[in-house]
Amino acid sequence: MTSKGPLSIFTRRREIPLWRDERVLQAIAQVISAFVVIGFIIWIIINFFEAARGRGLNLGFGFLQEPAEFPISDPILPFDPSRSFGYAFLVGVVKTLLVAGIGVVLATVLGIIVGLARLSTNWLLNKIALAYIEIHRNIPLLVLLFLWYFPVFNSLPPVKDSIVWPGPTYLSERGLYLTWPRLEPGSGILVISIIFAIVLALIAFILLRRRRVATGQQTYHVVISLAILLILPTAGWFLSGGSPIRMDTPVLEGFNFTGGMRLTPEFAALLVGLVTYTAAFIAEVVRAGIQSVHVGQVEAAKSVGLSSFQVTSLVIFPQALRVIIPPLISQYLNLTKNSSLALLIGYQDLFGVAKIAINQAGRAVQVFFMVMATYLTMSLITSLVLNIYNRRIQLVER
Amino acid sequence: MRQKALLPLVVLTIFALLVTACGGAATPTEEVEEVEEPMPAPSGSGEIFNRVIERGKVVCGGRTDLLGFGYLDEAGRNIGFDIDLCRAVAAAVLGDAEAIEVFAITAADRGPVLQTAEVDMLSRNVTWTSSRDAQWGNFTVIMFYDGQGYMVRRESGIETQEDMDGASVCVTSGTTTEKNLADDFRNHGLEFEAVIFEDTASVYNAYEEGRCDVTTSDKSQLAAVREGFENPDDHAILGITISKEPLTPAVPHGDDQWFDIVKIVMYALINAEEMGITMANIDEMKESGDVGVRRLLGEEGDWGYTDLGLDSEALYRAIKAVGNYGEIYDRYMGPLGIAFTLPRDLNNLWSNRGLIYAPPVK
Repeated sequence: MTSKGPLSIFTRRREIPLWRDERVLQAIAQVISAFVVIGFIIWIIINFFEAARGRGLNLGFGFLQEPAEFPISDPILPFDPSRSFGYAFLVGVVKTLLVAGIGVVLATVLGIIVGLARLSTNWLLNKIALAYIEIHRNIPLLVLLFLWYFPVFNSLPPVKDSIVWPGPTYLSERGLYLTWPRLEPGSGILVISIIFAIVLALIAFILLRRRRVATGQQTYHVVISLAILLILPTAGWFLSGGSPIRMDTPVLEGFNFTGGMRLTPEFAALLVGLVTYTAAFIAEVVRAGIQSVHVGQVEAAKSVGLSSFQVTSLVIFPQALRVIIPPLISQYLNLTKNSSLALLIGYQDLFGVAKIAINQAGRAVQVFFMVMATYLTMSLITSLVLNIYNRRIQLVER
Repeated sequence: MRQKALLPLVVLTIFALLVTACGGAATPTEEVEEVEEPMPAPSGSGEIFNRVIERGKVVCGGRTDLLGFGYLDEAGRNIGFDIDLCRAVAAAVLGDAEAIEVFAITAADRGPVLQTAEVDMLSRNVTWTSSRDAQWGNFTVIMFYDGQGYMVRRESGIETQEDMDGASVCVTSGTTTEKNLADDFRNHGLEFEAVIFEDTASVYNAYEEGRCDVTTSDKSQLAAVREGFENPDDHAILGITISKEPLTPAVPHGDDQWFDIVKIVMYALINAEEMGITMANIDEMKESGDVGVRRLLGEEGDWGYTDLGLDSEALYRAIKAVGNYGEIYDRYMGPLGIAFTLPRDLNNLWSNRGLIYAPPVK
């Protein structure tokens, strides 16, 4: 609204007629547009329910308790077709969370490395990073996923001719089988000691670091917390009687390996595809963030005698983070949502399970509602957490 | 001052509320009529029929990736057994077998396109099951009696279900296949690793690459797919049949007239084979002494076309356009079929010890 000086409403009304008063007209426009929007939404909802009734669509959620009767590939949680639709959906959610969680961490690490390489004065490193970013940003993710799945992970040798690495680790077109530590009975003390060590090390790290910042004394916070992480679990190992952990080795039995830890080619292809794709975008975000820090900051830091690692980690990065975090949030959200392409390369995530459930249970409306609600919840939680973090680092500035 | 400025706003809001409240009753109904026109929402009888006539085209849910049933020929035309059924309906209703539009849809989308009536007819090797009948739409006539089987590499030595314990099995998502597979392994108390893809091409791609030991689908589909493999002879379709797969064209719920028309056209193709009417001899058959033949071809009496909104020559046109049931089958899957060869077995006429049977034209 434009302000026109301290005129009383009554005097103003005498000067400008109601139908030509800008403020009044704006108010009318607001009210009308609000009604149009609300009316449209109400109309959509009514229309939807009418159409649903007309077609005799069942809109209840009772089907969630019925047995799913379909298999899920690599279900992670124990699953068999006699479990319910609701549980199958949960398995899908867990699979999405797993790939998104690991993907976000790896994409961030790779993205920072590539972003820094992009700014490197080393010509070769710089150009490699540039090529990496341009290739990945300009090819659709779906194409990348197909490229990773069919020509790469699906073209590994057959199970019988698996590549054997020390461990033993077997790599074949059925996936990567790792020898994996499994907890034996009586390992409780070890688990407790590990948890205890992590908590204690964190507390020590934070307290000692705070003291160093406050007093300027060297407190050896890194060394001390690492020592705690090493000593406590070792003590726990001996206290629990010597062998609380058994190494589970994969063995070829019949068609496939049994035992050990398995990474399916579908999961690997999806993870690699999502990470390399998203990392290219994160690299650009990181580069932009770092370039936004004024050159004077670097020169000042160097002039007080900081090493180039210290300049990067203590001066440039904390300031760059303020610029990096907001676009980084959308990259995380993109990665999570892009993971729904997984069903095209045989990894059944939330969306994959949902599509089967729609087909088998025939409840498209409810299942799509659940899918949207789940993605929305995941995205909102991610951006909430990162926004809180963002606000904290923004405050540091003042 | 600010508080005073609020006054007209409040007055206006109340005024606007009153106006819209009065007009409220009228506006939504107007809108509904306006918007509903382009969005097909058949709820009463005749709506799909009317929209087909108006559009001048039959919209079919089909596919372009299954040899024999719905695929692209060298000229890029969408042909196949399922597509011909759709063409027969278009010929009967619109007088032109080419007045069709085929949407290629995935297995998982078959239900939704029927439920929302996005297609007039779903002719995409759909298995008729009770729950699909209840949820998706109306299933017309079983046009292909199929059964689910397994395909394995010959070198694997798999012959029975027991040999498959612990195997990896490639399967398409959103199909009855997926359920039957799970049931069969459970019934035999066997373990398996399911490798599930949305897209049929990916399933067979992964199987051929060796990601799976076994792949499973309807036997007709396995036969079709094997034909496209690099070395078809390296793969064997096991003799086991684990399910009944009656492949049936379906139409959306809610339009009995349309449901009847599609059914009668399907039956006409079967009746034509039974009566010996072919694409070649159909015009001579019009002069036939057999009353049943003459009635089918619209030369004598009303077989019900007036009530269905069709003309007397509707079935004549359908048969003339695509041939009788046996001709359609042989065109793609017969001994000289352009796609592959599959014995008719259950898909013989009832009079030939098969299951293909149609009600009389009367």
